[in-house]
Formats: sequence, structure tokens, C-alpha cells
Amino acid sequence: MPGTKRIIDVVWATVRRWFDPRELRSVGSTPDYRFSLANERTFLAWLRTGLALVAGGLAAAQFLPPLPLAHLREAIAVALLLLGGTVAVRAVDHWARTERAIRLGEELPASRFPAVLALAVGLGSVLLVVAVLVRAIGSR
Amino acid sequence: MTGDPGLQPERTRLAWRRSLLALTVVTVLSVRLALTGDAAGAVLAGAAVAGWAATLALCWGRAIGSGPVRATSRTMPAIALAAAGQAALGVLLILR
Repeated sequence: MPGTKRIIDVVWATVRRWFDPRELRSVGSTPDYRFSLANERTFLAWLRTGLALVAGGLAAAQFLPPLPLAHLREAIAVALLLLGGTVAVRAVDHWARTERAIRLGEELPASRFPAVLALAVGLGSVLLVVAVLVRAIGSR
Repeated sequence: MTGDPGLQPERTRLAWRRSLLALTVVTVLSVRLALTGDAAGAVLAGAAVAGWAATLALCWGRAIGSGPVRATSRTMPAIALAAAGQAALGVLLILR
């Protein structure tokens, strides 16, 4: 399918750009190194956010007792792991786009991702609180 | 460079150390989840440790501040892929 091939090409070009420093350095002008380091630290902060979600998923899988709802423990763990992996991969992409924008003197890329992540984590927490309350009231 | 009161290179080194420490904790949790007594678990635990070691070797220069002040871009995708790989391994371990 031509559509699928196009998507694969775009993904492949993006991944290659992450690993190839020459292409990133070929655009615009080299900024003050402090800007690059600040961008790098922002990336690392996002990466640790992702790693914290992954650690939460791994901990839920092996330290939570089996929950009353069938497979709820596994579902929580897998959701946290997928969210953590997404945060980590998205962090590289955002770092590369920000570095490019700094080199070209453009506006930094805006992103809805932090808001979406916050809503997803908040919604998940609320659902679990409701589940715990329903169970506490039901078992009285 | 003088006139850098923000100690930017040092802060970046420390950020790398924190990140590698976080990756180490995640690797320990992965290995604990993988080791269930069968051969497949041992292989997956070995893969987790190998990925951790390779990432540590590649990013070590950033953490101790050897090499150029500015990062070569390979360290960042490498540690992100290591994190995503640990997540994928965790999903595999839970579903198996």
C-alpha cells in the first residue's frame, strides 16, 4: 500500500535524523553552547519522567497483590509502561525539533503533549480512586 | 569559559548521572520481573542487562564530562531507545 510505505519512509527518515548529528548541524548557525545544554537537560528531565512511569509499571506488575478486578493489575502495569515508552521516544523527537528551531532562530515547537500526558495521568488516578471507593463502600 | 555563572556543563553532567541512575533502577526492576526460574526469563534478563550496559558505555562520556561540551546526538536517542526498550520488555514479561 502506498500510504503505508509513505508512513514507513517518514518514520525511518525521522529516526535516522535523531541518530545523525550531521544533518542537525547542517541547518542554521551553531548557537551558544548553553542553549544546547539547556535543551539537553530538558530532554533528560522528560526521559526521567518516562523512566519513572516505566518503573511504576514494573513495580505495579511485581509488588501489587492481585486486584479484585480480573487483570486490573496487569492493565495498570501495561498502561504505565506504554505511557513511559511514549514519553521517552517523544522526548528525543522534541529535543531534535527544538535544537533545529534554535539553530534556525525560529519559534520553539509548541506541543500539546504535556497537557495530554497530565490529563491521562489525572484521569487514570481518578478512575483508580473511584474503583477503590466503590470497593470500600461495597465491602462494608 | 568564564562568565558562565549557571555552571551549565556541570548541571548537564549531573542530569546525565541522575538519568543513568534512573535507567539502572528500571533495569533492576526488569531483571527481577524477568527471573522467574525458567530459561526464557534468564535470556530476557540478560538482554535487559546488555542493553543497560551498552547505554551506560555510550553515555558515560556525557556523565563524567569527557569529550566535547556539546553533545553528539547519538547519546540522546540511545538512552531514549533504552528506556523504550525496557518498557517493551516489561510489556512482554507481563503478557507472557
